[in-house]
Amino acid sequence: MLRWISFAVIFLLAAPVLIGTLIAGLPAFGYFPTLGSESFSLAPWQDLFEVPGLLKSIGISLMAGLLTPLIALTLVFLFLASASGSRLDKWIRRLVSPLLSLPHAAAAFGLAFLIAPSGLLSRLISPELSGWERPPDLLIVNDGWGLSLLLGLIAKEIPFLLLMSMAALPQTNSVERVTMARSLGYRPTIAWLKTVAPGLYALVRLPVFAVIVFASATVDVALILGPTLPPTLSVMILNWFNDPDLSYRFLAAAAALLQLCISLSAIGCWIALEKFSSLLWKIWINTGDRSTLEPLCFIAGRFGMPAVLLLTAGSLMALVLNSFAGFWRFPDLLPSSWTLRHWSGSIAELATPLANTLIIGIVATSLAIALVLSALEYERRRGLKMSMAMWLLYLPLLVPQVVFLFGIVVFAESLQLQANLPLVIFGHLLFVLPYVFLSLSEAYRHLDPRWSQIAATLGASSTKSFWRIRIPLLLAPSLTAIAIGMAISISLFLPTQLLGAGRITTITTEAIALSSSGSRNLIAVWSVVQLLLPMLGFIAALFIPRLLWRNRAGMKEIQ
Amino acid sequence: MSPHLLKLQNIKIAIEGKSLLDIDCEISGGEIYTVMGPSGSGKSSLLSFIAGFLSPAFTTQGEVFIDGKNLTHLPAEKRKVGLLFQDPLLFPHLSVAGNLRFGISQKRNNKDELISSGLSDIGLAGFEDRDPHTLSGGQKSRVALLRLLLSEPNAVLLDEPFNKLDSHLRRELRAQVFDTLRATGLPTILVTHDHEDAEAANGTVVVLK
Repeated sequence: MLRWISFAVIFLLAAPVLIGTLIAGLPAFGYFPTLGSESFSLAPWQDLFEVPGLLKSIGISLMAGLLTPLIALTLVFLFLASASGSRLDKWIRRLVSPLLSLPHAAAAFGLAFLIAPSGLLSRLISPELSGWERPPDLLIVNDGWGLSLLLGLIAKEIPFLLLMSMAALPQTNSVERVTMARSLGYRPTIAWLKTVAPGLYALVRLPVFAVIVFASATVDVALILGPTLPPTLSVMILNWFNDPDLSYRFLAAAAALLQLCISLSAIGCWIALEKFSSLLWKIWINTGDRSTLEPLCFIAGRFGMPAVLLLTAGSLMALVLNSFAGFWRFPDLLPSSWTLRHWSGSIAELATPLANTLIIGIVATSLAIALVLSALEYERRRGLKMSMAMWLLYLPLLVPQVVFLFGIVVFAESLQLQANLPLVIFGHLLFVLPYVFLSLSEAYRHLDPRWSQIAATLGASSTKSFWRIRIPLLLAPSLTAIAIGMAISISLFLPTQLLGAGRITTITTEAIALSSSGSRNLIAVWSVVQLLLPMLGFIAALFIPRLLWRNRAGMKEIQ
Repeated sequence: MSPHLLKLQNIKIAIEGKSLLDIDCEISGGEIYTVMGPSGSGKSSLLSFIAGFLSPAFTTQGEVFIDGKNLTHLPAEKRKVGLLFQDPLLFPHLSVAGNLRFGISQKRNNKDELISSGLSDIGLAGFEDRDPHTLSGGQKSRVALLRLLLSEPNAVLLDEPFNKLDSHLRRELRAQVFDTLRATGLPTILVTHDHEDAEAANGTVVVLK
């Protein structure tokens, strides 16, 4: 039974992504039986290359795909190098899971409200410092170069890379290595960068690739923060796909294939960059320099990443303020009146999307946690680690969503499948499953095997010791994994939008649909709801174990 | 309880072609058979093999019998072989009574009385609802021993069980464990690298290389 579930996990993740990608490619060459086109042609490509601004779109996607991981990873590594073991480090470690759970759409809206010409930051410096009496006429959000998009992506990916790095850090013996290097005269930050960073990078390489793909192909963040004339390629694909004129599907398919090439090229460039950095590192290590760059790295590490996190905190504040703001004249930092009108006006419209969000999230996450626990339990009983499966787990994160989801929709349509809730839930499962697995697998594998052995010598079957020993001992990480799964599901835009054909609405799809309305207050209300849901999950994951084990002091030492 | 007989028949354990140990012996009820040797000599692998959770990375030969019944191919939970590690490993999410109850056969009906009389025998009367974490080191070890006995094993394996205790407590607990195991007539294998343990066990001593 467990064995089949393990294979099902792999099949569920790999097959839809591979099949979806292949099928997405067919209409790109003119083959689309549903639309009555059964011969191959290159016409979609000719149309695609005549789209005005295409090169610029490609350029922005590539830039976002490369600069996002480069800057985010640099800040995360410099932070770990300069702050490991400090109080700041402990404090940020606690924040990282809730930060990871911020839905990207809400975070992007918050950032827009923070940095826009009439946003919080501009109000903070006006009129005293800037001299602005009216919002300056600047295109900050949706700027043509994609800089605000880049900032949003960096702020979004830092918590992810930080979490992945912290999970891998214990395998690098970082404390011993730094101590050893320091005894040889290296300053602490330099010691970390020279002895821990190369090994740690090898362990977080796959997550970095996932960041490259996400950043080069994001749809939701680009819809909110990205350039508009032209938009990024991923947004163009969505627009063409949703066009009432179905012949645009050919163009969309060609563009999806181009998107896949761009994401893969970004990975290719990154690998070249890896080679170059590795050479640079070798030279730097061989110089034997112990302190020259210490002050620079220390300051950049201690202030760089925390500054980005502060920006995120500011974004959240901007959302909350906007959702309660009444009259708010420009240079005033705070609104002059407060109101519940935006909230009371939205309640009726929130009901259905909220119910959909919860149903999809709960079903997808329950399926994911059941599959993940079965796979991990199977692995434990067999005593073998599934190293091959690791790549497959990342597959839905390594192929641009817009590409394979497109294919799945085309496939579903060719089977005459209507867009429905189970299909959307299945789409969510593809993304929830890897995150649930990634967040639970380390804890599960590192549970002291002697607990299960003792249980067995006391006559407990594998099933009994699973339910009575392993599940309770791993309750806290399991609940965290569930909270992460829920958070991922709540934040998903594209799977709901494409597989639900726009008919199944969630808080996220509605919030993004509102973005064109321009009503800041309404957007803020929906974004705050979007933020609160995962936060409730994390609060529950934190407090349920504390409540259950309040008289069990030994449970603190298990994790 | 009638005394049991543990028989290790031509047991050979090897890893990656390197032979670790080769044992053939009979351990009668109440006897404490001591296996000594440096770390990496395969002492703990022997216990894992007998208890039924040796990693498949090892290659093994030979059979384990208790009272003439072959255990070698049974799953760990069906072997009725009790085990004590150097940590007491009381389940941290269960109370003291919950830990003891976990090992008692489901068919027993007077479980509560069994637990409370067992606790008063080891000087911990009234400790049922306590959080195991709040017990002293010696108390935890005694609860672990009681948990093992209440699960009614047919043989006992001791994996350096006194290793982490200070010397005073060590002597006291060792005497208590050995006396109890002799009194209940359980064949016992003790793995240790402490000569005092081996002397106190007062049985056959095998030294692995």
